[in-house]
Amino acid sequence: MKDVAIVGVGQTAFVRGYEGSIRELAFDAFKEAMLDAGLTSKEIDASIICSAPEYDKQRTPAGTIAEYLGLNPKPTFYIETVCSSSSSGLRVAYSLIKSGLHRIVLVLGFQKMSEISSADSQERMGRGSDVMWEAPFGTMMPAYYAMHARAHFQRYGTSSEDLALIRVKAGTYGMINKKAVYQKGVTLEQIMTADVVSSPLKRFDCCANADGASCMIVADKEMVKSISKKPVWILGLGAGTAPITMSGRESLTGLNCARVAAKEAYRMAGVTPQDIDVAEVHDCFTIAELMAYEDLGFAEPGEGKALIRGKETYIEGKIPINVDGGLLSKGHPIGATGGSQIRTIVLQLRGEADQMQVKNPEIGLVHNIGGVGVYGNVTVLGRD
Amino acid sequence: MGFERFGIVSFASQTKAAPFVDYLDKGVLAGTKCKGCGAFYFPPRTDCHHCLSSNMEWSEITGKGKLISYSTLIYAPTGFEADLPYTIALVEFENKMKVFGRLSKEIKEGEITIGMELKYVVTKLANDRITYEFKKT
Ligand SMILES: [Zn+2]
Repeated sequence: MKDVAIVGVGQTAFVRGYEGSIRELAFDAFKEAMLDAGLTSKEIDASIICSAPEYDKQRTPAGTIAEYLGLNPKPTFYIETVCSSSSSGLRVAYSLIKSGLHRIVLVLGFQKMSEISSADSQERMGRGSDVMWEAPFGTMMPAYYAMHARAHFQRYGTSSEDLALIRVKAGTYGMINKKAVYQKGVTLEQIMTADVVSSPLKRFDCCANADGASCMIVADKEMVKSISKKPVWILGLGAGTAPITMSGRESLTGLNCARVAAKEAYRMAGVTPQDIDVAEVHDCFTIAELMAYEDLGFAEPGEGKALIRGKETYIEGKIPINVDGGLLSKGHPIGATGGSQIRTIVLQLRGEADQMQVKNPEIGLVHNIGGVGVYGNVTVLGRD
Repeated sequence: MGFERFGIVSFASQTKAAPFVDYLDKGVLAGTKCKGCGAFYFPPRTDCHHCLSSNMEWSEITGKGKLISYSTLIYAPTGFEADLPYTIALVEFENKMKVFGRLSKEIKEGEITIGMELKYVVTKLANDRITYEFKKT
């Protein structure tokens, strides 16, 4: 159904150590999206602000940001699902519009990960898992994804070199993305010989922290007629969850939250994985991209490795994935990431992705995961 | 009270599941079993989301453990640095009870294989703290 569309997108460059406040960071993405849509603050009916609050010094940042962007006295809401916060924000924007409560809703995701000291950051890292039952053993995000990698290797014969091929691809496209924090290519040898972070994952298997913001403007179909040159329609929205504890999981070879979300998004959009022309997946770690190939149905379980070995996820391949460099090259400013992924697909569907452009895509998909597969959002987008 | 004694570093003190630590003191790793519907839980919980009963009993984790997956950390969060490197693991016991914890440092890295048999052992730490780890059977 073509009822709700994205009519404007914006993103700051993702950088290390942004030298400004969170409100200024938010403004940069907001400005780009507003210019893109050709709108002014007065025309926004409601705003949804997304970040992971453990990195914010400002309590309840939605209020501060709404004020700075000139969005008072219209309503604003704060939405959080850690790394998938801004795609959750899009889901809420869709429902606000579909219900008729609002006609134009702005979704702004941001994160200034350098807002807190590295000591504070290291302390917070230890509390990302269940604090009663798993954090007391000394857990970290890379270690959990590493456990998934190990389980996948064992069951399906996937190797560290398969994961390295995913990182090589991310480097290839990171080099042509001016907004990426890491705009350098890396060789297979560099990746394979890098220091181990949490076995079997090594340094280049992990995305970099960054500061950044993203912004999407969402409108109903009547408003679309008066605003946008090229609307991108929200065709399908899927969301799922899984237990935060590893004990509660059926298997570690994929993310069930993503499978549930994908099924729902495909059903709502009335499409199959074969209909997707370009996709962005949540590659916070190389293994996360590989599992996404399978969880989204681009490959059968265990066969994700064939896609990357055959370069099928490059621009020229069967299903181009993360051809903007992904989180691995762009960086991962938690609250901004989902909006950045959605922006990439919007630009692809409008034919405005420059060097990263895939040939004439009609349907795109975004897979955005919060935590270690705790929250999953899959969004299917289509052009006019 | 008492739950803050569990683990290398504790992040939680107040929970109705605090008797978990009393069982550890006796050398027993326990989950809970719902008296209403018979559901087993690990990690233990004091409320059953299946039948909404809060009438639970403690139940020892039994049977041979089987290693599902693991990873050895080279970097650690605050408070765990002195332990590096250490290996976290997920182990499945009888009744499909999956238990998260650490592998004993007695197990050499080259000896670790997915599917290997493991048992749990309660370990006393400094400052009256207590935890469990997995060892070879
Ligand atoms: Zn029950």
